Amino acid sequence: MNAVADCLAATKTYAEFVWPAFAVAVLVLGGVAAQSWRRYRASIRALDRVQRGSGARR
Amino acid sequence: MISRLANPARFMRVSGKVLPWLAPLTAIVLAAGLYWVLTRVPPDCWQGGSVRIMFVHVPSAWLALQTYLFVAAASAVALVWRHPLAEIAAQEAAPIGAAITFVCLVTGSLWGRPMWGTWWVWDVRLTSVLILFFLYLGYIALVSAFDDPSRGGRAGSIVAVVGVVLLPVIKFSVETWWWRMFDWWGLSNSPLAKTLHQPASVLRLGGPTIDASMLVPLLVMGLGFTLLFATLLLLRMRAALNERRARTLVLQGSVRGEAPLPAARPATPVRPR
Repeated sequence: MNAVADCLAATKTYAEFVWPAFAVAVLVLGGVAAQSWRRYRASIRALDRVQRGSGARR
Repeated sequence: MISRLANPARFMRVSGKVLPWLAPLTAIVLAAGLYWVLTRVPPDCWQGGSVRIMFVHVPSAWLALQTYLFVAAASAVALVWRHPLAEIAAQEAAPIGAAITFVCLVTGSLWGRPMWGTWWVWDVRLTSVLILFFLYLGYIALVSAFDDPSRGGRAGSIVAVVGVVLLPVIKFSVETWWWRMFDWWGLSNSPLAKTLHQPASVLRLGGPTIDASMLVPLLVMGLGFTLLFATLLLLRMRAALNERRARTLVLQGSVRGEAPLPAARPATPVRPR
């Protein structure tokens, strides 16, 4: 019976370690995703500008 | 199949069709996995709620190794066949791998504090993963350290291929036979023979030792992390190919004696080549 009570009590513990772990994962991987997306959009814009510029000269 | 996709134009066409499906699928799998992990997974009897850290730590550890294997394989292809797409794949995968390895190290430390009573120990598993993180950073720095990008890519590829020797150390350093091997050599006090880390409990001979209530969400998170890697890699490779194409067009314009285009200064931090 004590083992079951101990197990149930354990469910409420360690939040101070669990939430930072998830926060670090979300922040780091989300940051890489955001940076990759911004870079991709910027690369499309840059290529578009170059192609329009070289097309206008021809 | 791989050689067909290795054509940059074909890669852009196929990845352009795949990405709009892959990105939402990644978001759905990761959201479902996170919801499952945070609301439905039972606490471990000994580790309590801290077992939830496993669902980000273990997938990031798997992916840290797989990404390095990918970087090394792509580097080997780039070295042997000099294929530019393989080189781009390796160079764009490395920052993702570094970020994932960082997540693995930090979440492992956050899990170790309540379970082992320490944030960090200089044992073989933890130290070898830290070396893997530095290997990623070294590769990224080396590739961008040369004025000639082809020399940088080649030097980075050699380092990436040589660095593969670290992967078996990371993978097997927690196994019993590894310690016994050092005992047999009379090196049982060697730092290479000691670890606090538990042995593998999913990818092992004899099957997983985790209960299905935890194994299934762990596999879902592993799938989500893998899909995230694939999505980010395709996105970054497409960006790199666009940047190279823009640079080539600008250079062709300069060779013909035309005035520099405004787009010669791309909005992204592209290295001058």
